[in-house]
Amino acid sequence: MEKIPILKMGEFLLVTIQVDMHDRLAMALQDDLTQMIAASEARGVLIDISSLEIVDSFIGRMLANIAGMSRVLDAETVVVGMQPAVAITLVELGLSLSGVRTALNVDAGMELLRSSLNGSKALYGSHLD
Amino acid sequence: MAVISTETVPVQSEPDVVAVRRRVRDASAKLGFSLVDQTKVVTAASELARNTIIYGGGGTMQLDLLNGPRNGLRLIFEDKGPGIANIELALRDGFTTGGGLGLGLGGAKRLVSDFEISSRPGEGTRVSITRWK
Repeated sequence: MEKIPILKMGEFLLVTIQVDMHDRLAMALQDDLTQMIAASEARGVLIDISSLEIVDSFIGRMLANIAGMSRVLDAETVVVGMQPAVAITLVELGLSLSGVRTALNVDAGMELLRSSLNGSKALYGSHLD
Repeated sequence: MAVISTETVPVQSEPDVVAVRRRVRDASAKLGFSLVDQTKVVTAASELARNTIIYGGGGTMQLDLLNGPRNGLRLIFEDKGPGIANIELALRDGFTTGGGLGLGLGGAKRLVSDFEISSRPGEGTRVSITRWK
């Protein structure tokens, strides 16, 4: 079966969605990512959707689910690269993706993940003092 | 208003939803829709195609290119499923009987210029949307 590859880079998992996903593929990605966060003890997930030409309510729900599940597993999710036309349509559709962190591009997304990870490490360190 | 061309495509299974999106994208690009308008009508079609499969048990989409004062794209989704008992309720955001977000019908309506729905319990559902250029 078709699968969306998940790359591990240090403490982060990277996903680039480059195909027009049918619903089952989106569900499979959600399951695979959740398994992989737990198995690899990843602290962050970056999902690049710059190739996606639409985000409908199903894909939007998948992104929100991934963010929620990764949070429960102590990992941050950042969705990057949303096309402006997709953003306009998504909001008009009625989806605001609340609870999903976003960044304009991969660089900004990685920066966000690193700073939130450093922030939580600093917080943890202060408890040890 | 004249119908320049019409075609009917199957909406029976998940891969058909992807095919519908591609077909609607091509048609709206051909009509000269802006990228935002293309994205809106493709997204609306994706929602309605999924509804046709999940709630209607499969059906068809008729795609009409319209020519008038402005060019337009009309999409008619039809199924012979159980129908919708309360259309007003079905259009309300957050209402779902299928475990989704309940944004499909109401959301699709917001993304197009004209929206018509008719349904009879036991006979099926017909949703027609038009986006003008």
